[in-house]
Amino acid sequence: MKSLEELKAIRDRVKSSVDIREDNSNKIRVVVGMATCGIAAGARPVLAAFTEEVAKRGLHNVTVTQTGCIGICQYEPVVEIFDADGNKTTYVKMTAEKVAKVVTDHLVNGNVVTEYTIGSINMK
Amino acid sequence: MQELSLNVLDIAQNSIRAGANLIQISVLERTEDAFLEISISDNGCGMTPEQVEHVMDPFFTTRTTRKVGLGVPFFKMSAEATGGDFSIASQPGVGTKTTARYHTDHIDMLPIGDMNATILALITMNPALDFVYTRSVNEKQYVLDTRELKEVLEGVPLDTPEVALYLKEALEEGTAALEKPASDTN
Repeated sequence: MKSLEELKAIRDRVKSSVDIREDNSNKIRVVVGMATCGIAAGARPVLAAFTEEVAKRGLHNVTVTQTGCIGICQYEPVVEIFDADGNKTTYVKMTAEKVAKVVTDHLVNGNVVTEYTIGSINMK
Repeated sequence: MQELSLNVLDIAQNSIRAGANLIQISVLERTEDAFLEISISDNGCGMTPEQVEHVMDPFFTTRTTRKVGLGVPFFKMSAEATGGDFSIASQPGVGTKTTARYHTDHIDMLPIGDMNATILALITMNPALDFVYTRSVNEKQYVLDTRELKEVLEGVPLDTPEVALYLKEALEEGTAALEKPASDTN
């Protein structure tokens, strides 16, 4: 059973490294659409995949967060990534499988995965 | 929505939008009676009786991007499809409690689904808010209260990757223990 002692140990470990994190200037924000439309289209596994990948790779400059409906429900799950300069990339019809590539290419190496972006979708 | 845990994730967003800082989610099950009750209760801004009527209407929404709002109607439908019932109790300035009751032996009963993933997503996406998650199966109960965790964490946010991982495992272990037969106390 997970104990509070274990949580205390995590707290102490994190506290000793938290200063480094706050100093980080290259902040990236990953925003997942979590309104009814997003959730019904499968946003939760996408969100979970981002949280897990970011944690696994120790990307302390990345925050994963949520937003409501942004009005393009037919393209959900939608993920917006804001880089340190405020540039926005909109990924559409995301899946947990696509997340790994976005994390490696975009979040780590700074290369947008063009094939998953809204610009590459066939408008019907 | 393919599972009830997704409805819970959706409905909880309404509580967040209502400015709540404490959201209590409970999932209570009595297998003998084929009974399941899910409730989401918050201390947000609350609603007037007219607004409560409105939110059950699919063609009402507070959002400006579209003219439909399906969150509450979907949740209501999921309960009523099983012969269960659905209610919203709300008071302006006090908060809102949404309750859905199910007959789990009905053919139209949806699976509860991955409730732990819903709770984890809510906590890590809203580290400033507090959540109390109560999951009970028959006489066994598991409670996760972020206020207790925050006391231990001393300012380390709940969305820190290491803490999120701890939460995930704690939820899985805690709720897995509920499924075991009563004789197995380990």
